[in-house]
Amino acid sequence: MSTLGIVMLVHTALDRAELVARHWTAAGCPVVIHVDRKVHEETYTNFVSSCSDDPLILFSERHVCEWGGWGIVAASQSAATSILERFPDVRHVYLSSGSCLPLRPVLELVDYLSERPREDFIESATTADVSWTVGGLDLERFTLRFPFSWRKHRKLFDSYVKLQRLLGFRRKIPDGLVPHMGSQWWCLTRQTLTAILQDPKRKVYDRYFRRVWIPDESYFQTLARLYSIHIESRSLTLSKFDYQGRPHIFYDDHLQLLRRSDCFVARKIWPHADRLYQTFLTDQTEAMKLAEPNPGKIDRVFAKAVERRTRGRDGLYMQSRFPRHGSENGLTSFPYSVFQGFSELFEDFESWLGNATGARVHGHLFGPERAEFAGGETTINGALSDGAKLRDYNPTAFVSNLIWNTRGERQCFQFGPADTQKINWFLARDKNAQISVVTGAWAVPLFRSNMNFADIRNEAARLQQIETKQLEVLDSVWTKAKVRIWTMAEFVESPMEPLQTVIDEIGTGQPAHLSEAPTMVDLTGFGKFLQNLKNQGMHPYLVGDFPVDDVFGAQTRQFRKPYLVQ
Amino acid sequence: MRLRRKRRLLRCVRKRRELKPFKDNTANIQSDSVLLMSVVRNEKIRLPYFLSYYRKLGIDHFLFVDNNSDDGTAEYLSEQPDVSLWSARASYKRASFGLDWSNYLLRKYARDHWVLTVDPDEFFIYPFCDTRPIRALTDWLDSTGVRSFGTMLIDMYPEGPVQEAVYHEGKDPFEISPWFDSGNYMISKNPTYGNLWIQGGPRSRVFFQDNPEKAPALNKIPLVKWDKRYVYVSSTHSLLPRGLNQVYDEWGGEKTSGALLHAKLIDILGEKAREEMTRNQHYRASGEYRAYLEQLEDQPVFWCKWSEKYINWRQLEILGLMSKGNWA
Repeated sequence: MSTLGIVMLVHTALDRAELVARHWTAAGCPVVIHVDRKVHEETYTNFVSSCSDDPLILFSERHVCEWGGWGIVAASQSAATSILERFPDVRHVYLSSGSCLPLRPVLELVDYLSERPREDFIESATTADVSWTVGGLDLERFTLRFPFSWRKHRKLFDSYVKLQRLLGFRRKIPDGLVPHMGSQWWCLTRQTLTAILQDPKRKVYDRYFRRVWIPDESYFQTLARLYSIHIESRSLTLSKFDYQGRPHIFYDDHLQLLRRSDCFVARKIWPHADRLYQTFLTDQTEAMKLAEPNPGKIDRVFAKAVERRTRGRDGLYMQSRFPRHGSENGLTSFPYSVFQGFSELFEDFESWLGNATGARVHGHLFGPERAEFAGGETTINGALSDGAKLRDYNPTAFVSNLIWNTRGERQCFQFGPADTQKINWFLARDKNAQISVVTGAWAVPLFRSNMNFADIRNEAARLQQIETKQLEVLDSVWTKAKVRIWTMAEFVESPMEPLQTVIDEIGTGQPAHLSEAPTMVDLTGFGKFLQNLKNQGMHPYLVGDFPVDDVFGAQTRQFRKPYLVQ
Repeated sequence: MRLRRKRRLLRCVRKRRELKPFKDNTANIQSDSVLLMSVVRNEKIRLPYFLSYYRKLGIDHFLFVDNNSDDGTAEYLSEQPDVSLWSARASYKRASFGLDWSNYLLRKYARDHWVLTVDPDEFFIYPFCDTRPIRALTDWLDSTGVRSFGTMLIDMYPEGPVQEAVYHEGKDPFEISPWFDSGNYMISKNPTYGNLWIQGGPRSRVFFQDNPEKAPALNKIPLVKWDKRYVYVSSTHSLLPRGLNQVYDEWGGEKTSGALLHAKLIDILGEKAREEMTRNQHYRASGEYRAYLEQLEDQPVFWCKWSEKYINWRQLEILGLMSKGNWA
């Protein structure tokens, strides 16, 4: 007879439970099974009779088990009592469920426990130390009353909790008890377990815990603290929970992960995971290794799942992730830069920027004709098309798609008041956007154009109005983008410093000094051009104070010469 | 909304008279069977692969409505032991494009079952579908209290012209059309029913470049734990009650979702489009098919150098076209 006894709580997939029970008994470990009272009587008797040929399998008194209710504790108590009575050799009692599966040979577990005859394996932490509580209740589990089911009557549950908080209602915790919580799956020594079960004050404790919320996570965890000589505060059962406190389920494709975990028992196993049951329940003739359980890798896999479910991938919009305004955690997936007025001021700005930063530099992505992708492409990563109608049908999807499709590669694009403006709020709210604006630079192409002056004047007025509106957006309190704005006059006076700042921020690895400057267009006569606009009653205030004679301060600027910074 | 739902229910019950049982194997449906519902017309060439694909996935029983096929579809289906077949001679269009029929059958046979409603050219993909049967998914959805599962329709296309991708009965259609668009989908929320409205993909890019608002909807909710109160409202794009359309997370997280690979853009499309044009039985006065027919004359090629070649569900999950969500 083994020194390890198994208590098994079962409510569905009885055939699997029987398989596992026989696996335990084959190694000499007695099993006492508790079948939920809710299981149909006929199913129960069939189950009992199919196990009846095994003298090591017994059944205990049945209780109704509701999630979060007292029934599970009552079930554990009666099953533990009967296993301790019927099998006097048992030193450790292991509480498991019907969907638990032993991963290592039973004898390894028996040896492991024999080497630690005094240790109680039960996760047990004070309420201040746990972070995983469902519904945000920790100490209040012990001090409030919970007559309504959390799963079935959530509203009643919540409002009754609120009411009790409001009234300052408190239940008294029995003297000597310090509330502890932890995983409901434990392995306790006979000494500790009998001390709990035969405690003269057990009635008092039971009456108290009957009204505690989710007592199966606190009854034994709290009482073991009173009697145990050596508590090892961890569960030998590998069990991971999702963000709603439901156990994760293991499938056939977890086989390798489970194998490498070196855990003794895992839950929950999907009842149809044939390969898992087949693999772990056949006689494993592995060499006896006394490795410590090491669930690290599994922890990571499931932690990732929780992260994905609660936070998701930034900048991704799809059929199962469509955040409300303000809940996006980042409107796009990767940083990018928007330049306004630069390609108007410099002859070869786009190729220069590409060389200086290594980023992919597009033209006016929101140009009225088409999206001007880098290199004149008509489609780009993700088969994103350059069609203006398609783009303007959903401009935010266009930008978020572009950035998502090219994540890992910095994107830069030109923007201006002549472009479609529907995207402004999105860019302004996006913390990944770096927006650099030289205001009034739209006047340069007009200045160099061959249009009639009356048309130039009208166009200038239109563009100025659009840019003014855009600047209001960029200036709003909701703007999260990194915005830099210069008037054209400011910028032209000393262009290298702002350029350097912007390029440094894009960060290509090493902060290189700009050795080559882009060529600025010839602005000779621009001052006069602006004055003519003013004389016609159109005041181009966004350009800034541009001198009429193109002379800044004392010295004359030679616009055609490139600027070199030492 | 309740009124709309009731009207739909009433409508489908009224339209039940148009359904004549052809082969009734519904007695074989067990209480935990996972079902599949589909309305077909002249799909004989697609059915053998379709059935074997979904049998492998773990579908226990198929419910088919045959609408006036003359290519042996009905005969073929009635030979299958796990198929129940009804025939409907009446107008597809006047039965809300077949929806009334499937709503009725779902109400009658799929109550408290998980049921997948798909067209014969749609192939369901979900996380871990290569290692876990559909029962694993539905059990998990049950345990998390979820009653509907969202997907996106992904149009698959060949490398060359559509007409040159010749499909042979029984073959995997994605052997000849393994390409898809990975990142040009546009989403907005439909305030009436609360579902997402997804457009984009190759058909938008090639056929609807100039009127993108007319591009077909790609959002689908094909897998539902059915209840007699439920109805599909517009294809499988949306359901009532509205809560069932909430298959997406609005607070930044990702719910678990899948995809429907769409084997439409192969040589069968031309025939289909011609046939549907003469019948004029499709949505928006068959405008979609008219567009196809016109465009097909030009031998359209959907493939571009940014097309992705389909490998498996993990690829789709990395591309952001579906999500494992909380299922690990």
